[in-house]
Amino acid sequence: MRDFNFHRPASVAEAVGLLRKHSGGKFLAGGQSLLPVLKLDMADPSDLISLSGIAELRGIRVEGNTLIIGAGMRHAEVAQSPEVQRTIPGLARLADHIGDAQVRNRGTLGGSLAHADPAADYPAAIVALNGTVQTDRRTIAADDFFTGLFETALRPDEVITAVRFPVPTRCAYAKFGSHASKYALVGVMVAKTADGVRVAVTGAGPYAFRAAALETALGQSFSVAAIEALGENLGVRADDLNNTAEASGAYRKHLIAVLAKRAVAACL
Amino acid sequence: MSTTTTPTPKGPLGQPLVRREDRRFITGQGRYTDDIVLPGMTHAAIVRSPHAHARILSIDTTAARQAPGVIAIFTGQDVAADKVGGLPCGWLVKNKDGSNMVEPPHPILVADRARHVGDQVALVVAETRAQARAALSLIAVEYEPLPAVASLAAARAAGAAQVWDQAPGNVCYDWHLGDPTATEQALKAAHQIVEIDVYHNRLIPNAIEPRSAIGQYESGTDSYTLYTSSQNPHLIRLLLGAFVLGLPEHRLRVVAPDVGGGFGSKIFHYAEEALVVWAARKVGRPIKWTAERSESFMSDAHGRDVHMRARLGVDKDGRFLGLHVQSQANLGAYLSTFASSVPTYLSATLMAGCYTTPAIYVEVKSIFTHTVPVDAYRGAGRPEAAYLLERLVDKAANALGMDRLEIRRKNFITQFPYKTPVALEYDSGDYHATLDMALAAVDYAGFPARREASQARGKLRGIGFSTYVEACGIAPSAVAGALGARAGLYESATVRMHPTGSVTVFTGTHSHGQGHETTFAQLVAEQLGVPVDSVEVVHGDTARIPFGMGTYGSRSLAVGGSAIVKATDKIIAKGKKIAAHLLEAAEADIEFKNGAFTVVGTNRQKTIGEVAFTAYVPHNYPIDKVEPGLEESAFYDPKNFTFPAGCHAIEVEIDPETGVVTLENVVAADDVGTIINPLIVDGQMHGGLAQGIGQALFEEAQYDESGQLLTGSYLNYGMPRAADFPFFKVGNHVTACTHNPLGAKGVGEVGAIGVPPAVINAVLDALAPLGVRDISMPATPEKIWRAIQDAKAKAQH
Repeated sequence: MRDFNFHRPASVAEAVGLLRKHSGGKFLAGGQSLLPVLKLDMADPSDLISLSGIAELRGIRVEGNTLIIGAGMRHAEVAQSPEVQRTIPGLARLADHIGDAQVRNRGTLGGSLAHADPAADYPAAIVALNGTVQTDRRTIAADDFFTGLFETALRPDEVITAVRFPVPTRCAYAKFGSHASKYALVGVMVAKTADGVRVAVTGAGPYAFRAAALETALGQSFSVAAIEALGENLGVRADDLNNTAEASGAYRKHLIAVLAKRAVAACL
Repeated sequence: MSTTTTPTPKGPLGQPLVRREDRRFITGQGRYTDDIVLPGMTHAAIVRSPHAHARILSIDTTAARQAPGVIAIFTGQDVAADKVGGLPCGWLVKNKDGSNMVEPPHPILVADRARHVGDQVALVVAETRAQARAALSLIAVEYEPLPAVASLAAARAAGAAQVWDQAPGNVCYDWHLGDPTATEQALKAAHQIVEIDVYHNRLIPNAIEPRSAIGQYESGTDSYTLYTSSQNPHLIRLLLGAFVLGLPEHRLRVVAPDVGGGFGSKIFHYAEEALVVWAARKVGRPIKWTAERSESFMSDAHGRDVHMRARLGVDKDGRFLGLHVQSQANLGAYLSTFASSVPTYLSATLMAGCYTTPAIYVEVKSIFTHTVPVDAYRGAGRPEAAYLLERLVDKAANALGMDRLEIRRKNFITQFPYKTPVALEYDSGDYHATLDMALAAVDYAGFPARREASQARGKLRGIGFSTYVEACGIAPSAVAGALGARAGLYESATVRMHPTGSVTVFTGTHSHGQGHETTFAQLVAEQLGVPVDSVEVVHGDTARIPFGMGTYGSRSLAVGGSAIVKATDKIIAKGKKIAAHLLEAAEADIEFKNGAFTVVGTNRQKTIGEVAFTAYVPHNYPIDKVEPGLEESAFYDPKNFTFPAGCHAIEVEIDPETGVVTLENVVAADDVGTIINPLIVDGQMHGGLAQGIGQALFEEAQYDESGQLLTGSYLNYGMPRAADFPFFKVGNHVTACTHNPLGAKGVGEVGAIGVPPAVINAVLDALAPLGVRDISMPATPEKIWRAIQDAKAKAQH
């Protein structure tokens, strides 16, 4: 790890101002991805601008049929929040199974989304729940947020302030974690909403994506049998999926179906 | 059998005392090498090769020398110019034709060529650790990448890149053991021949404390000190002093303070130890180096990586007639300290297992590759033998349609001593007893019902066994020496009674997690009849302890404990002379019991404390017969190995949809000889089982074809975790070792040795109904899922 200057602004505006001033700087949220990168000398930011002292990034509230979670909320806080447990229990359970206890006590919702790790859990939730990313200057629909491997629609100086989740009828997340890292080799979030069924897959591709064939099948019949009837026709090609020593594309494709069934079963 | 149980003893021997060292470890009061701060200390970082094989064309250190805090930079040229020796190998293995193995140089910094990712290319010394690390990227090394061989198969292929010109075909040696003619005849006469092909996956040791070393040179006394995370400080002093730097031993002190785990990987003499001592004199200040975790992955000696093929001849009743094993072992790019002995003398010699196979022939080819050196890792060669045999025995039972326990029982050795066809003589054991114990603990009778219950939930349940034997406390020195060992294999102890009756024990063994400070205190307390709290155990400092060989191969109690017993016997013998004088009795009439010297048949006695006081304040003293003082040393060279054995039973449930294995039952019934502290024995079992199950299910060091380490961090190297395991059931059935005074055998490695085949046998038992016949370690979910898919596809054709 190299030397850097550390800033702890009190407001989002101040944070954005600091980043604009220090072009080699980086925002630091919970640090669960950025710090390992720094320790391995894979990034060399001149300045770290911590977002952890900003009150406006905190808080969880329900407005009508929408759950709003501050970007600075830690995974453990989301998991334990009565509001989250009451409105979207599937999201609370997802948060409760991210990484390990240390990660859950430090990592934040906004940090996870901005980092856009292909194997992170939250991306499946925001895509399946048709959430909206609120930043310091605009809102971005979940379907437009992830743009590539570790890439999002965020501008370099843009800060996520909150995420708005429309409350679904039901939802559940099923995850198959890497034994080594606990990251999702595949994670599937299934959500039954007023506007139909949405299915999002994380871990299997460069970023979380919707599984259209599964959505259609489940839209017609929200059942395990509907997925079984699809057989191999999941609308994804094994060759397009991540292929690593720990899990091949073919195995990940198989896991998408298995996990989708488990998520559906958990919803029923 | 939830824990080891022995009848509650009266004395300290056999008491489950909590380890006295734990308090300092868990409250952060341990003192590891990296905790030591010497006045004026500097910090080192190492430039490591990013290539598996490359010519070093040039090294430009100009920019790095200007960097803040940088004091000095050394390269392989500097090391060569100073005529620094290479790291030696501690065991000379001979080829079949009697010629010597190939022993390539092993420089502490390479000058012209790097031979594995992580090979050390340059040393930076700076004021701080951060400055040393920051300077690394300023050193411009110009490499010419060369073709690399990263696996056994690649290294043996026609036209393969050569790791060493002097080792054609990358063969280090081609060795054998046993009787080829008798074995071939036995196989010819067999009713059936069962064949197997297994690969022992490559493992990374992952001690919780990364390796660390501090070198110090004091010009006033012209003497050197090395603090190092080592399992055997005297061995390091011998190798570093005599072979690498040419320093006289009386001017070189090696201290191995608290050490956080080793599993074998801290036996060996590493380049960094020599570098910090050598460079400390150059810069005139102490130098500390501590591995980053990513450096540990690419510079700690790895374990296993052996491929074996075997043919077992059986008669129609299931009796084993002959066994032929052909083994290829990956040694990595250089010969690590004991690398050559692991696939040969520590593995091939165990190929009888606990069976009466009369004819055995083992051939071992050891191979150089462009990978990190491979050496002893918890079990060292014996896990390979146990895994091969226990998989093969299950396969033989299947082939003959016999019960897998019946075939084991039919072939068990029951008469001791038993001389195997592969050079060992087992002194004691009761293999039926440990098997019976395991069957009871795993509730084998209830297994069919549990299997049905799993089936009803769509799951596959299997049970697997391993009846293993292993060899600890490698010895005797003379025999090992005749077989190529370049070190003695005895152990030493000094027992010092203090004037007021407390005791300090100086042991040549080394504790890096084994709990010696507690076990040895119990042992001495029992021998001398003093409270356990009055005994202090000192280890790990060549300036304090007698010359000892350290700790490896589960030898500390059997060999080191026996040396302590010999030393306490001498204390008692001398004490009798002093007591006889004080009690005005004949020496022959004095008996020693419960800490007191008594005139036989009377109540006249002197406690050992009184005798010790007299020895140090010799006013009324038999000065013409004995010297003052009460301190004795002993060296113990065992007559034979010890042979722990037992049965491990594993029950698993497999989710056929994902291939995930859940461990339902982990049972270990072992015979580790006499037990001093059952709590520590249980702990050793738990750790060994976790590591063995790690090998079977999770762990594998993987290289890509170009020699890049794919599993270089915890993101992709799967360590076993507590949540992976049910509660272990461990227990013991003791048959005493017949040739050491304690009857102890050793427990440090049996978990890692016995359990991997039991796990795989259980997985295969679960998958058998689907037609799956083989699976390799680690049995990962995808591997199992694929095996199921392949078997299903086959069944359809």
